[in-house]
Amino acid sequence: MTSTETAVAQRGPTRSRATTILGGVVLIGVAVWLFLAFVASGPDIRTTAEGNTIGQFDAVRLLYIHVPLVITAYSAFVVTAIGSFMVLVKKSVWWDLVAGASAEIGSLGAALTLLTGSIWGRPIWNTWWEWGDVRILTTLVLFMLSLGYLAVRRLEGTAEVRAKRSAVVGLLLVVNVAIVNKSVEWWADQTLHQNSTIAEGAIADLKAFTLFFSIVLGLAAYSWMMIHRFRLAWLERQYDRFGIDDAIAARRSEADHAQPVTQGESA
Amino acid sequence: MLSEVLLIAGKDLRIEFRSRVALNQVAPFALLILILFGFALDADRASLTTFTPGLYWVAILLSSVLAVHRSVAVEAGEGAREGLLLSGLRPASVFLGKTVALIAQILVVAIVLLGGVVIFYEATIDDGVLLVTSLVGAVLGVGAAGTLYGALLGGQRARETILPILLLPVLAPVLIAATRAFGDAMGTVAADGWPWTSLLYAFAALYLALGVLAHGVLMEES
Amino acid sequence: MLLGRFPALAGATLQVEAGEAVLLQGPNGAGKSTLLRLCAGLLRPERGDAFVLGRDLHKDRRSVRNRIGYVGHQSMLYDDLTVEENVRFWGRAAGVERAQQDAAAARMQIEGRLFDVPVGRLSAGQRRRTAIAVAAARRPELWLLDEPHAGLDQSGRDIVDALITDAAAAGGAVLVASHELDRVEPVVHRRVTIAGGTATETPLDVTTAGPDASSAVENARPADITTGGLDASSAVENTDVV
Repeated sequence: MTSTETAVAQRGPTRSRATTILGGVVLIGVAVWLFLAFVASGPDIRTTAEGNTIGQFDAVRLLYIHVPLVITAYSAFVVTAIGSFMVLVKKSVWWDLVAGASAEIGSLGAALTLLTGSIWGRPIWNTWWEWGDVRILTTLVLFMLSLGYLAVRRLEGTAEVRAKRSAVVGLLLVVNVAIVNKSVEWWADQTLHQNSTIAEGAIADLKAFTLFFSIVLGLAAYSWMMIHRFRLAWLERQYDRFGIDDAIAARRSEADHAQPVTQGESA
Repeated sequence: MLSEVLLIAGKDLRIEFRSRVALNQVAPFALLILILFGFALDADRASLTTFTPGLYWVAILLSSVLAVHRSVAVEAGEGAREGLLLSGLRPASVFLGKTVALIAQILVVAIVLLGGVVIFYEATIDDGVLLVTSLVGAVLGVGAAGTLYGALLGGQRARETILPILLLPVLAPVLIAATRAFGDAMGTVAADGWPWTSLLYAFAALYLALGVLAHGVLMEES
Repeated sequence: MLLGRFPALAGATLQVEAGEAVLLQGPNGAGKSTLLRLCAGLLRPERGDAFVLGRDLHKDRRSVRNRIGYVGHQSMLYDDLTVEENVRFWGRAAGVERAQQDAAAARMQIEGRLFDVPVGRLSAGQRRRTAIAVAAARRPELWLLDEPHAGLDQSGRDIVDALITDAAAAGGAVLVASHELDRVEPVVHRRVTIAGGTATETPLDVTTAGPDASSAVENARPADITTGGLDASSAVENTDVV
């Protein structure tokens, strides 16, 4: 067994007692969330003064996944930006792994946000896609930019080189999202999205609680994925580093064998 | 500092003058995109005229990607990137010099393309001052962002495929703003083009600043 | 499972004094080029100590770079520009006076007719002469030459030999990687073999008439390349060069 394999074997899997508990809590949370979203809370039906029924009906249940997804996705990219910043300031590879892990989850979150939003938009706004909406377009561009960021992370180079390069792109990503958001806001000058429904008190008790619960659950699930993804990246890095030790050892033994031959060597 | 910038810009422009890549390859490519739009829209004159600003800027952005490639390839070829590192030139000067040269080349393409839309799409220019001002602002932004992201990919073998997905979303605000400004200048939309023009200059200023700050890291690390 | 990484040097200890020319020999892939690129500040050492011209390569590669004359496998020239334009561009970039550029070009015998030819149309030997002229114009304190004779004709080889001798005599340090031992041995003071990523001192087969290293010029600051390290893409340990 080489020192690499030993080292990785000693580190074990990415699981620890704490993550097992967190994972269990998230799993139970999902069950509770499903119960709240589909059984306990009712459809969104309101009656106007004239006696007409309005509301989102059963489509409101999609918000219990759409809203936590979008909050998780944007939070994840905030973490990526912080990580990128720390890489440049502290020159720490640890933060690079945080930034990368968070961007992967955030990218998935952004994609699912667009997907669930599109499904929800069909019955409520009567369209799969709305070009005039600031938030939709900003999220779309965020998703495209995150794909570019993840592609840059896979470029070749040593760990330090890749960390710095990715950090620059990670910070630019946030700058770009801000610019896109401002320019689209100016361009379309509208959003179909309602203001925070909870703040307006338009959604009553149990619906509000379900939404709040789903957001907390989303962030908890993010934390769980984040810990595992980060640990995996860390192990990969360790593996690389120990791999260098192995390679050096191999190189040295090669030198011992090569010694007598080198004298008369030619091109 | 200024002499270093001019040295780099002069070098890139001299190489372009010798090889004529922007003039003989990028500009024809941009015109070709215009012609393809013509085919795709069934040569419907009215729609072509209406959509001129958007089609024009899409053509500019796509051909700018080629110009950025060329700007990077000049340094990657015989290892001149390393020569620049060894020369003691300030990274900020290298960034600004290459940006100036890239902007000059894209401007030439943009002017050729302007002739293209006037001829092929029957575009009319109502407000020449707005048109030129917004054009310059947009090209400044494209040049600065293009040089920055180009430097990032440096000698990478995968750069041909990564550059478009990296750069084009970043340039989305330029597309939006320049299309609006051109819409006003060409009289195809009833909007005030000047706020959009100032957005273009803000974008350009931001990316010039970011490039000056980041280019040291990128030259060193890619 | 190194994901494309390979430790080119894994325990090379090497010291080069001012006024000394050292030959690096070793089989292909032994890490000679990596060592030179590392000393030029183009690679980051992964581990160990690495000092060049008194600067720590881990912290300060930038101030090393413009004091060395590195000639590698790539010419670092622009193919679309002429020989003269390349010499002028790189000269101005390094802040070298025109007279000095001309002197270097004259020394490599690329002035005159060749001056107006685009580098892309040069032969390999002419290209190498131009690359060496660009480096020579800067009057480097430390020369790092990677196979400088490759592709050169007889007169070109003689010029390079004279360049090495003169640089060492003037108190500079020269590290030259070469397979052409017969050619280089007469002009160097020491010979170091790089194999399996380590460096070992190997006595010269011929006695050199060069100046004794210990009597080398006092004023020159030790251009130590002390490397005890390893680049991730290529590695070094314990290298000392002056």
